[in-house]
Amino acid sequence: MTAVIKRYSSFLLVLALLGAISLFNQELGKGVFNSTVMQLKEMLLVIPPIFVLLGLLDVWVPKQAMVRFMGKGSGLKGILLSLLIGSVAAGPLYGAFLVAAVFMKKGVTFSNILIFIGAWSTTKIPMILFEFSALGAPFALTRLLIDIPGIIIIAFLLAKMMGRDEIDAIYEKASKQ
Amino acid sequence: MNLILYSVTALLLMLSFLKDREKTKNALKKAWKAFENILPQFLVVILLVSLLLSILDHETIVKIIGKESGWIGVVLAAVVGSITLIPGFVAFPTAALLLDGGAGYMQIGAFISTLMMVGVVTLPIEIQYFGKRLALYRNTLAFIFSFIVAFSIGKVLEVVL
Repeated sequence: MTAVIKRYSSFLLVLALLGAISLFNQELGKGVFNSTVMQLKEMLLVIPPIFVLLGLLDVWVPKQAMVRFMGKGSGLKGILLSLLIGSVAAGPLYGAFLVAAVFMKKGVTFSNILIFIGAWSTTKIPMILFEFSALGAPFALTRLLIDIPGIIIIAFLLAKMMGRDEIDAIYEKASKQ
Repeated sequence: MNLILYSVTALLLMLSFLKDREKTKNALKKAWKAFENILPQFLVVILLVSLLLSILDHETIVKIIGKESGWIGVVLAAVVGSITLIPGFVAFPTAALLLDGGAGYMQIGAFISTLMMVGVVTLPIEIQYFGKRLALYRNTLAFIFSFIVAFSIGKVLEVVL
């Protein structure tokens, strides 16, 4: 019981603070409440299938297969595949972190994980279609052309900046989730 | 979009169940464990995002990155994009409105880029999975990179339009 309260302590703290703010500024409190309800709805809509897919991936796809495609020595194929999987994804960026944890368990290289996260954040195909129609082709194309090499460069930079033991610690943590 | 996601999930779940009930049960157990694991951080993030969205309304954003705001506007747009978390289907039409309202392409480029790549409010979730250092490095690099994106979009659209 206390363990549960401890895990949710930050949530309870923020909730209490917002409650206090609402006492002084009811308008703001109402706005926050409405927005929270809206976001919870969105979360409950998108999140469950993502988790179920991850569970299935974890159980059915053997580690050797993932390593072959996106692990050590997968080279350009691994990079392209990471870009592609990130681009066809659905959902907000935090969804990418959940998928990344399962990818780590399956032995995907660190730089490919980072490329996947970058792709999820900026080159998602459904979003790009939206961008084309809202902001026009020159805007969307320029962004895409800069972003794709950018994602890869950032991924390799990050992989270089992190020490071997730090990366191992992140993988170790993922294996427990 | 959601329909596709749900159909694919349901189909795969059914196939999995037909092939191996025990494995499917295991998969669902893992799914639930992964969800419960991150739920506390999720709830905090949702509350913080709601607070930000309530404070930073449309008019405030227009004021910050409006016409003639120059490089300061680009920086402010990048900051606003970093701390807000707006779904794309709201962000792009909003950005189009802002452009109509006189915001510059460079500012909008910075806003869209940081909106997508930098997540200040989702940091608790990112840290949970990747640790503080990587989360900090990734967001910092993405923030800096967004200025390159903004500058390029500004230059290209100057030529095109």
